[in-house]
Amino acid sequence: MPQTRIDHCFQTLAKADKTAFIAFITAGDPDIETSYQLLMGLVEAGVDIIELGMPFSDPMADGIAIQNASKRALKAGMTLAKTLDLVRRFRQHDSQTPIVLMGYYNPIYQYGVSPFLTDAQSAGVDGLIIVDLPPEEDEEVCLPALKTGLNFIHLVAPTTHDKRLPLVLANTSGFIYYVSMTGITGADAPPENLVAEGVARVKTHTNLPIVVGFGIKTPEQMRRFARFADGVVVGSALVETISHTLDETGQATDATLSQTLALARSMAQALNE
Amino acid sequence: MSHSFTAEPDEKGRFGIFGGRFVAETLMPLILEVEQAYKQAKQDADFQAELLDLQKHYVGRPSPLYFAERLTAKLGGAKIYFKRDELNHTGAHKINNCLGQILLAKRMGKTRIIAETGAGQHGVAVATVAARFGLPCKIFMGAKDIERQKPNVFRMRLLGAEICPVTAGAGTLKDAMNEALRDWVTHVENTFYIIGTVAGPHPYPAMVRDFQSVIGLETKTQIMEQEGRLPDILIACIGGGSNAIGLFYPFLDDRTIRLIGVEAGGLGLDTQDHAASLAGGKPGILHGNRTYLLQDSDGQILEGHSISAGLDYPGIGPEHAWLKETGRVEYVTASDDEALEAFQFCTHLEGIMPALEPAHALAHVIKLAPQLKADQLLVMNMCGRGDKDIFAVAQHLQMEID
Repeated sequence: MPQTRIDHCFQTLAKADKTAFIAFITAGDPDIETSYQLLMGLVEAGVDIIELGMPFSDPMADGIAIQNASKRALKAGMTLAKTLDLVRRFRQHDSQTPIVLMGYYNPIYQYGVSPFLTDAQSAGVDGLIIVDLPPEEDEEVCLPALKTGLNFIHLVAPTTHDKRLPLVLANTSGFIYYVSMTGITGADAPPENLVAEGVARVKTHTNLPIVVGFGIKTPEQMRRFARFADGVVVGSALVETISHTLDETGQATDATLSQTLALARSMAQALNE
Repeated sequence: MSHSFTAEPDEKGRFGIFGGRFVAETLMPLILEVEQAYKQAKQDADFQAELLDLQKHYVGRPSPLYFAERLTAKLGGAKIYFKRDELNHTGAHKINNCLGQILLAKRMGKTRIIAETGAGQHGVAVATVAARFGLPCKIFMGAKDIERQKPNVFRMRLLGAEICPVTAGAGTLKDAMNEALRDWVTHVENTFYIIGTVAGPHPYPAMVRDFQSVIGLETKTQIMEQEGRLPDILIACIGGGSNAIGLFYPFLDDRTIRLIGVEAGGLGLDTQDHAASLAGGKPGILHGNRTYLLQDSDGQILEGHSISAGLDYPGIGPEHAWLKETGRVEYVTASDDEALEAFQFCTHLEGIMPALEPAHALAHVIKLAPQLKADQLLVMNMCGRGDKDIFAVAQHLQMEID
C-alpha cells in the first residue's frame, strides 16, 4: 500500500533519532469545540501522532478514566459521523500530523464498514485501532481498510506468544501497538525492563515501529520507555486532566485547555531531552 | 432444507454471520486455549463421567418432566408439561453450565473464578461450584441488580463469593459483563471466566449450549416414556438464551416441532423499556460476538428493561440470532404485566412458584395453549424458581412483606 502520514512521520523521527509522542483524547470530550481546540493545541505542544478515541457506550478494554471520557462525549452528543467531521476540520489546518482513530467495532458496523472507510479516508484519517478486532477477524475491517489505503494497527499483548506473533503482524501496517501489561487502560504500567523485554521480542519479528501504550502517565516514565520504544502513547493521564478541570456541571473551563496542554508540553519535552 | 441445525458453529465460531471472537488481543490467546481445552474435554470420557456424576448426585438430575394437569384443564387446550429445572440445586438451570465450566477451569489449572450476574441465579450457581471445588470467586453484579436481588446477593456472600458492585452504565447485567471482562484481561494468567449464558466469544456460546443441552436430552427421553412420542411445541424464555437453547438444541433437527422463544417485552415494544433484542434490536457487536443488540443509530448500546433482572440484557446468544434468521425458532415477547400475572396464576393453580424469567414463557403458554388441540403436547422450561423474586413481586403488587 502507498505511504501514509504515519509511515512518513516515523521515518522523519527515526532520522532525527527521536521517539514518537502519541497522545490519546476522546473525540467530543468534554464537548466538540474543546476537543477540536485540544487537537490543535496538542500538535503545537509537540505531539507527533494523535490517537482519537471514538466514543462507545461499552468500552470493555478501558479503565475508568477513558470510560468516563466516552460517557462525557456521548452526553455532549458525539457520534461517529461527528468524529469524522472533527478530523475533517482538523485537516483543513494540519495536513501533516497523523490521526489514528481508536475504538470499538460496533459504531463502525452500524455506520457501515465500507462507507466508514471511504469517509474516514477522505476526512483525513490515517489509521485505525479497533480493540475488539483481533487478527482472527481481519476480514471484517482490517483487510478492507488496507485496500482503502488506511493503516490497520493491531495490538500486541504480553500474552501474544511467539507462535501467534506472525498472525498478528501479518496485516498490520503503520506501527505495532505493544500493550505494556495484561490489563486495561489507565492501570499501572509494569517495571520497564519487563516491557523492554516484550518489545525486544516483538522486534525480532518485524521492522515496523513499535509503540508502547497502557499505563504511561508521567514525563519521567515516558523518558524511560523512550529508550526502547519507537513511540509512547499517553491517554488516561491527559483524559484525567481534562476531567479534573471541568466545572461542577461537567463543562470545560479555561484550565481544561491550559492544564491538559501544559502536561502534553512537559511530556514532549521529556522525550526531546 | 437438508442442512442440519446442529452443525453450527463453524471453526471460527460463527452461526451464519453471528458469533465470532470479537475480543482484545490480550484475551485472544486464552480464548483459543479455552477452545482447545473444551474440545479435548468434550471427547474425554473421564470428564464426561465426572460431570454426569455431579449432575446426578449434586444437582439432582434428571429434573422431572411434570404434567401440569390443573393448568392444562384451566386453559383447555394443549397438554402442558413443565421441565422442572427449578428443582435443581440452587434453584435454576444455571448450575448445569457452571459445573461443566468449573470442571474445565480445573482441568486448565486455573485457580481463580470470575463471573457476571444479573438476577443473581448465575452468580449463586458460580459461587456454589466455586465453594464445592475450593476456588476463590469474584462475582460482578450491577449496583441496581444488587438492590433488587438482595436474597441472592446474601446467598452468594454466604457461599464465600466476593461481590463486586458495578456502578458504570445503568448498573445492570451488561455493565457487570464489561467489568468482568476488564478483570479477566487483568488476571488472564490464573483466572477462568464462567460466562452465564450462550453469549460471549467462541467457544462460549457453543460450550454453554452443550452443557445446557442436558435439559432437552432429558426431555426427549422423558416425554417418550410418558407419552410415547415427541412433543409438538417447546417454549422457553430468553434473556441471553441459555435455558432456551438447552431445551431446543436436541430438537432442532426434528423439524415438525415448533420451538418458541419468549423475550422480555417489558413495558411494551413501542416503548424504550423492553429487553427484546430480536424483536426490537438489530445485528451488532458486543461482548465478543455478533448478535442482535438493542442499540441506537450510532451503535451505542441501550439498556434493556424487564421486571426480571435475568432477562434485561440488551443482547442475545448468537445462535438464537441465527435461528431467528433461518426461521427455525419463532420468537415472541411477553410484557412485565403478563409475566406478573402468569407468576400468580401458576403459583395458585399448580403450587409452583416460577421465577419471573420463566413466568414470561408461561405468559405465552397461557396465550397459546387454548388455541391448540387437546392431543397436542407442549413442554415449557420451568428454568428457575421464584423465591428470589418475592420482594420484587410484592413491590409490584403493592403488598407488604414483614
